[in-house]
This record gives sequence, structure tokens and C-alpha cells, in this order.
Amino acid sequence: MNYITEHPKLSQFAVLLAVFFLLYFNINPADGIFWRLPSLLTDLPRIVNDSVDFLMFEWWPIEIYDPEIEEYEETALLKEITRSFSRSILFCIELIREILLGGVKTIVAFTDWDFVEENEWARLPAMPWTVVAAGGILIGYALKGKGLALLVAFATIYISSFGQWEPAMETLSFVLIAAPISFILGLLLGVFAYKNRTTEAILMPLLNVAQTMPHFSYLVPVMVFFGIGDHAGAIATIIFATPPMIRLTLLGLKKVSPEVLDAGMMSGCRNFQLLYKVLIPTARRDILIGVNQVIMQCLAMAVIASFIGAKGLGFNLLLALNQLRIGQALELGICIVLIAVVLDKLSLAWANKQTDYFADLPFMQRHKYSLFFGVIFITGIVLAYIGSFIFKDGINYLYLIPHNKGITTENFWQAGVDWIWDTFFFSLKAFNESLIQDVLMPMKAAYLAMPVVATFALVMGVGYIIGGIRSALIVGALLLYIALTDWWDRALITAYMTTFGVIVSVIIGITVGSLCAQNSLATKVILLVCDTFQTFPSFIYLIPVIMLFGVTDTSVLIAVIVYATIPATRYTVEGLGSVPPSLQDAGSMSGVSRLQRWVKIELPLAFPHIMLGINQTVVFALFMVIIGAMIGTDDLGQYILKALSDKQGTGNGLLLGLCVAFIGLAVDHLINTWAKKRKEDLGIA
Amino acid sequence: MPSKVSSDKKKNAVIKCDSVYKIFGDNAKKMLQKSNGNVDAKEFQDAGCVVGVNSASFEVYEGEMLVVMGLSGSGKSTLLRCISRLTDTTAGNIYIDGKDLLALSDKELINLRRNKMGMVFQSFALLPHKTVLENIAFPLQVKGNSTKDSMNRALEMAKLVGLDGRENYFPRQLSGGQQQRVGIARSLAVEPDIWFLDEPFSALDPLIRKEMQDEFLRLQGVLNKTILFVTHDFDEALRLADRIAIMKDGIIEQIDTPANIVLNPATEYVAKFTREVPREKVLNCESVMDEIGDLADSDMSQLRVSKDAIIETVCEAVLSEQKPVAVVDKNDKVVGALHCSKVIHMLFGTK
Ligand SMILES: Nc1ncnc2c1ncn2[C@@H]1O[C@H](COP(=O)(O)OP(=O)(O)OP(=O)(O)O)[C@@H](O)[C@H]1O
Ligand SMILES: [Mg+2]
Repeated sequence: MNYITEHPKLSQFAVLLAVFFLLYFNINPADGIFWRLPSLLTDLPRIVNDSVDFLMFEWWPIEIYDPEIEEYEETALLKEITRSFSRSILFCIELIREILLGGVKTIVAFTDWDFVEENEWARLPAMPWTVVAAGGILIGYALKGKGLALLVAFATIYISSFGQWEPAMETLSFVLIAAPISFILGLLLGVFAYKNRTTEAILMPLLNVAQTMPHFSYLVPVMVFFGIGDHAGAIATIIFATPPMIRLTLLGLKKVSPEVLDAGMMSGCRNFQLLYKVLIPTARRDILIGVNQVIMQCLAMAVIASFIGAKGLGFNLLLALNQLRIGQALELGICIVLIAVVLDKLSLAWANKQTDYFADLPFMQRHKYSLFFGVIFITGIVLAYIGSFIFKDGINYLYLIPHNKGITTENFWQAGVDWIWDTFFFSLKAFNESLIQDVLMPMKAAYLAMPVVATFALVMGVGYIIGGIRSALIVGALLLYIALTDWWDRALITAYMTTFGVIVSVIIGITVGSLCAQNSLATKVILLVCDTFQTFPSFIYLIPVIMLFGVTDTSVLIAVIVYATIPATRYTVEGLGSVPPSLQDAGSMSGVSRLQRWVKIELPLAFPHIMLGINQTVVFALFMVIIGAMIGTDDLGQYILKALSDKQGTGNGLLLGLCVAFIGLAVDHLINTWAKKRKEDLGIA
Repeated sequence: MPSKVSSDKKKNAVIKCDSVYKIFGDNAKKMLQKSNGNVDAKEFQDAGCVVGVNSASFEVYEGEMLVVMGLSGSGKSTLLRCISRLTDTTAGNIYIDGKDLLALSDKELINLRRNKMGMVFQSFALLPHKTVLENIAFPLQVKGNSTKDSMNRALEMAKLVGLDGRENYFPRQLSGGQQQRVGIARSLAVEPDIWFLDEPFSALDPLIRKEMQDEFLRLQGVLNKTILFVTHDFDEALRLADRIAIMKDGIIEQIDTPANIVLNPATEYVAKFTREVPREKVLNCESVMDEIGDLADSDMSQLRVSKDAIIETVCEAVLSEQKPVAVVDKNDKVVGALHCSKVIHMLFGTK
């Protein structure tokens, strides 16, 4: 009895669970509204579609002169705006692409097709890959020194010798447009939110939703507004990569101390100078994390954007995955990771670059890198020219290694996969089957057998216990939206997969994290591993699991677990690391054993931080479950994927995306509220 | 030693404050109007306002160092921020060189800051991404000077504050004292006429603080600027000040020379504030000497002390003399006599 009065929350939870199970077992499908809410929102997708159509094709008609038929034509304003926007983005992408790979579209943009056809010379030739590679190496060297130059060298040589030069440059051209735009846009909006409270208040919830919406659900509306192609891919990428940039910019700016601001003012900065000479550079740490996020998001989107016509590595990777050519998918995946790492390191080095003011250098010295590039440029071209005499069979390896004409390790990987299948077939199959039969199927059935009132009681009850009536209402409202759509059952399946993934990830993450936190070397190693794994775009994780488990739920779940374990581990290590040493010493002096210390001192203190890690784990797991739709699942993700190929998919895509986002937001709200309270209680806020 | 402003020279007010108020809170302006200038901190607090500066009126003269003192939260920083217009005053007027500061347009204000004002901050407030040199050159570059000129000037300033050899360090690689030197150099880079220092040494340990004060006095000896210096360390104030202003709850209780503040406290609070202050550190010979009267030259010792000399600095010499010591003014004219008994009384007396 004492125990109950001492821990009122525990008894509340006990009551809540009792109520939940009472509802769970006593309500069955015959109970109508208690079992499932009516889908009142069935018409919502159609309404969204209609309004989008209206906006796009009817709203605010304007007259536009069409030079081809020499007449004014009536079109909608928004359509013209998006169209010219698409055109300019596409032009930029094409420009970079043709500088790297050659082509005619840029020239056509200024002349016309007839002109190009009549004049053979009027086309940009591709730069020899050696020039691009050496140029990259030079930039790396100029910015940071040998290490970075080596990294760039490795990446470029890997990419070209595996015959992925062309798709890689296609991907690059689109990243080189999307990343800077996201960066600038994010920075601007972040600064704006910093200056203006109202903007911040409006932006914050939007960012929350945007960052929990699955990638796929953006694609349909982008397709409707901007069509299909590289530009659409770039735009989808920008939409996805900007929110973290905004958030981190705002975070960084808020951390700038008021005295530094005063110092800037007293130095006589104008408003703009204050911004770009004082505020932004002082907040650079967070802003640079933002840049890193932008680049990661851009490459993570490489595959997903290929659904709406972005060319390049992502498209090829998607094909390879669909054809189950694991080896090739792996090679492509490595290319993407390499590009991501190189761009990340280059941008970081660029931001950290220092100038030497007193080096009074002669012209040659001052422009040595430009001059050197000139030399490289000419040498590369000469080499390519010589190459055309050496390689007579049509492939000039010194000019451009065509797609899939490089070396490949595909056979090796295929053989490896075959060997694994041959050797472990039975054990893998047995594991797979028993997991599906004994764990996943029952779990799925249990979720689907949950009456809607029971779900509401449980979730809102938890909300009430954690954050009072306000939290209960917030999570209740988020849930209500999902319950009123057509997709409640799908959402339950998503929830079941996510729950499973999260539980396993958290167990692994906390165990591994706790073990590694005991030793400073292990801590460093595990943080490095987490960093490395985090640079991999999410879909990369699908490759090895398909290799092992084929196209099943098991594959998806294992990818989810691997992916979602990263934040759980990282936050555990960080949380345990931030326990004040004085407390640890105090513990040791009172004679606790190591295990006791971990259970009684470290874990409770680190737990709020670990909870934030679990929050991330949930978001990661949700995303991966949705991406798992590419392998084939039957949850919300699959429906979102279907919406992609549907002309009227905008409404479905967006609203399904909201379902996923709301699951994420509900969990996010609960965990954050709890962690905040707990930190306040412990006095470590 | 700080150069004392002689009272007979015509004083030229560089900074002039005329009943300046700064009150934080949403309806500060309204409350102030209602109270008709008589601000009661308690009353305002109940209404959700915080009084920062309360009816400050004073002048700072050319080449003078005014030290502002007071307990934490007494409004010292706020006063400084008002005069540098980092915050807007709630009411009152401020004149810099006779020009109304509050009427300046943004552009004029920026020009003023770029050319006339320099400020050193308590927590250094260096830009973390810039090296020592870049930090010092920052105000110059902001002004639009060429990179080469600003860097040369910055190099000069770095040398002035004794940071040569560390020009390319980042703030995080410097000790507190070194960082504050950068702050000082930065504030001096544009050769300001008015120099604001807000507790510049309070984040430093006592040894470095002493060293920095010496450094500061040396600089002031060279530069002779008009200075507003905030501190809550009385020893520091005594070492540096021409005049001291003592603040309490936003009100300037007294503004006077150190000696007068100690000898004739205007209010109960000031008296309490200065009770523990050792007299010999404050008073100068003039304030303890006697008339020469009918003392003959032969009755006096050979030693001569300046009438502006602080007792502490001369007491050892005075006490080792048998006869009274002559006190002289700037022109070596004898103006009084200092008796050992008076000095002993001051050092050990019960008063
Ligand atoms: N931006 C602000 N908003 C509201 N109140 C403020 C603000 N800045 C200062 N105050 C209040 O004004 C009063 C004076 O503050 P100020 O910083 O001038 O004190 P100070 O004398 O410099 O103290 P310290 O020695 O601790 O630096 C304090 O009560 C403080 O709480
Ligand atoms: Mg202060």
C-alpha cells in the first residue's frame, strides 16, 4: 500500500492498463463505433485534390503570349509560376550537368533545336573525368590538405572505375543545385524566425509536421505542381532538406550571447553586417550541423526523388533493387555514401578555412590553385585526346568510362549471396519463418484486434499521466485524425512494425551504449560508428537485408532495427557520459558495485537524455517502415507508394503522410513532455 | 596615476545625462508619466516593472575617468547601455559632445559608434570564429577600411596590449586575461574618444586583475580618453577613478571625488558603502595637511610631497621624517605642512 502512495504515477499506470485490457477483451467488431470509428474523412482526399486542381488550373487566370501559335492564351497564374520556377531550376541542373558530362540542352535554351542540329559544333563537350576528379582533389587539398585530397581521390576513382561516372555526375548536378538552395532558404527562414516572433510561432508547428512526414508523401504534390523530372526531384529534395536547416539556424542564433551582439553593435555594424558578420558566424557550429543535414537529406532523397524522374545513381539503385541485383545495388550505394561524405567534408573544410592577411604573395603564388587547375584542365584534355588513339574499341577510358563498362564486383557479391543462401538457407529460412509465424503474425493480429476506444484510452491516458489534460487532448486530437480516415487499420500495422522495431532497437541500443560508455576508447569508437552509419542514406540499409532475408517483413524490420538502433545507442552513450563525475565518485565511495552504480545512479540520471534518443529511434523507425514499402509491406507506406502512381494521388499522398507524421508527433510530444519534467525534477534542465 | 582634472581649468562635458530613466516592462512609459518623475522601485516592481536607471543626471568631462559603482543589479550596466544607446531610454536626455544622442538617426548613431565610442565587455564578447587579429580589426573592417590598413592597425593594437606573437590564435586558445586584452584592443582600434568599460576585469583572478589594471593605467596614461568604467570593486575604483558615482536601485546616490565620497558621504547608503574603505588609500595630502602658519623653513624636513599624492603612497617617507613635511602644488610652491601625528592618527586612529 505504501508503495502505491509513494508512486502515484505507477498506480495510475496500473489502473490505465487494467482499463485498457478490459476494453480490449470486451469489445468486438460487433460493437460498431467502439470498435472502429466511422471514416468521416473519406472525402477529404478528393477535396484536397479538387482544391489543388482548382489552384493549379483555374485560379486567377492570366493571359500569356505564346510565341509558337502567335496568340495570347489563357492559363492559371499558379501554373505559370510553378512552370517558370521548374524551368529555371531545370536550367541550372542542366547547366552543371552539361559542364560535367556535355550536352546540348543549355545551348538550346538560348537558341533552338534547329540551330543545334545544323551546327555540329554547337554542343558542350563533356569534361574528361580525369579533369573533374583532379579538380575535386585540388579543391580538397586547397581547403584542408592531403587527407581530404586523398578522400576525394578515392571517391572519384572508385566512382569512375566502377563505371558509375555518368549517373554520379547526374546525381551531383542535382545535389549541387538542391543543397545550396536548401541551405540559403533554410538560413533565410531561420534568420527571419529569429528576428520575428510571429514567424517563429507559425513556423515551428509546420516544421514539426514537415520533419515527421515521410519522404514519399511529398512526392505526389510536387509532381502535381511541378511535373516530373530532375527539377521535381530537386524541389522535393529542397522541401525535405530545408526544415532541419531552419531549425538548426534558429537554434544556433538563439544561443548567441547578447554581449556578443552588443559588441557587434558597438563596433558600428549596420543591421546586415550584424547578421552576416556577427550573428551567423557566431552560430556557425549549429549552422554547420545544418549544412551536414542538408547534404545528407539531399543524398537520402537521391533514390526517393528518382520516383518522380530524377536521374542518376538513385534511379539506378532503385532499378537494381527492383531486379534484386544486390551486388550492383551495393556498389551504387557506396557511390552515394562517398559523394555524401566528400561533399560534407568539403563544405566543412570550406567553412573553417582561414585567410592569411600578411602573406604578400606574388601573382603566381596567389593564384596558384587556379593556375594549377588550368594545367590540370589542359593535361586532362590532352590525355583524353591521346586516349582516343590508344583505346581503339570505342571506349576512351581517359575521357569517360561509360555506364556499366567499368569493373564490377557484382558477381562476387552475387556469389556471396548465393553462398549464404546455399549454406544458411535452412537456418535463415527457419529463423525467418519462426519470426514471422511466432512473433510478427500474432503481434500484428493483436494490434489489429485492438478496439479503437481501447487505443484512445491507452494513448490519452498515458498523455494524461505524463502531461495532464493538455497532453491528453493533444495526442487525442492527433489520433482522432487518423481514426477518422480510411486508414486506421493500415496505421495499426505501421504502429505494430514500428513498435517491434523500436523495442528491439532500444534494447540493443541501451545495452551496447551502456557497455561502451564504461570505457573511453569504446565510447569514441561507438560514436564514430554511429556517425558513419548516420551518413548512410536510409534506403542503403535495405540492400544487405534483402540479400539475407529476401523480400519479406523480416527484411524491413531488420533494416528498421539497424537504422533505429543508431540514435538509441548514441543518446545512451552521451547520456551516460554526461552524468557528473562527482556523483559517480559519491556512488563509488558509498560502496556500490559497478552494476548497482549503473542501475541506481547512472541510468536514472541519464534516462531523460536516453528518452530523447528513444524519441529519435521512433522517428527513424517510422521512416524506415515507410521506406520499407519499396520491399513490400501492407501498411501506410504501401498506400503512399500507390498514391505515387495515381493521377489523383495528391490528396491520398498528403493525408497519408499526415497520418504517419501524427503518429510521430504524438510519440514526440509524450516523450518530450516527460523528459522535460523529469529533467526539471532531477535539476539537470 | 590617473591625471586629475584640475578644477580651475574650464571643464568640457563630453557626456551629459539629464534625468535619464530606464524602466523595463511593458507599460513602463505610462507608469513613469503617472509618477511624474518620482520613481519608487517597490511600487514599480509590484506593477511588473523593473527599475534600471532612475533619474540619472551628471556630466563626464574630457579626459576624465568616471567609475560607476554599486551592488549587483543596481543598474550600472543599464546606465552604460543607455549612454551607448544599446538600449533605448524610457525618458530623459543624453548629450554626447553637446549633440542629442537620442535624436540621432540610425546612420548617425552607427557613425558615432564607428568613430567615437569603444566598449569593453565583462564576458569579453569576442567573436569565436575570428582570430585575435581579426577580432581587433573587426570594427575597422565593418567601417569599410581596406583589409591591409585594418590588419596593420590591428597588429599595432595587439602590440599595444601585449599580445604580439598570438595574433593568429582563436579566442578559445587564450586565457581570460589575454581574451580581455583582445577586447580592450578591439575597443581601441578605432581610436575612440569615449571609452566604456563594463566590469572589464571582474571575470579575472586577482593576480591577473592587478596586472590588467596596471596595464590599463599605462594605456590611459598614453591615450588620455574620456572613460566610463563600471566595477563593484572599491579597490579598483580607488586605483583608477577621478570621480566615483555610487548607484543603488538605479539611483545615483553620490557622484564625487574618492576623497569626498569617503569624507563626506551624501547619504546613509554611501556611508555604509564606504565604511570599510581604508582612508589612506583615498585621501591625498591636501586633505590632511595643515596651514604652514608660522613654521620656519628650518622647522620643516627636506622632503616635499605633492598635494595630490595619496597618503598611502607617501606615508612611509613622511613617517620616517622627524619634522613636518612640506606639501607643494604643481608649481613647487609650498601650500601646507603634513604632520606625522596627523598621518598616524589617520592610519591607526579610531575614526
Ligand atoms: N533586459 C532586461 N529586462 C528586464 N530587466 C532588466 C534587463 N536588463 C537589466 N534588467 C534589470 O535591471 C536592473 C539593473 O541591471 P544591471 O544589469 O544594470 O545591473 P548591474 O548593476 O550591471 O549588475 P551587475 O553588477 O550584476 O552586472 C536589474 O534589476 C535587472 O534585473
Ligand atoms: Mg552589469
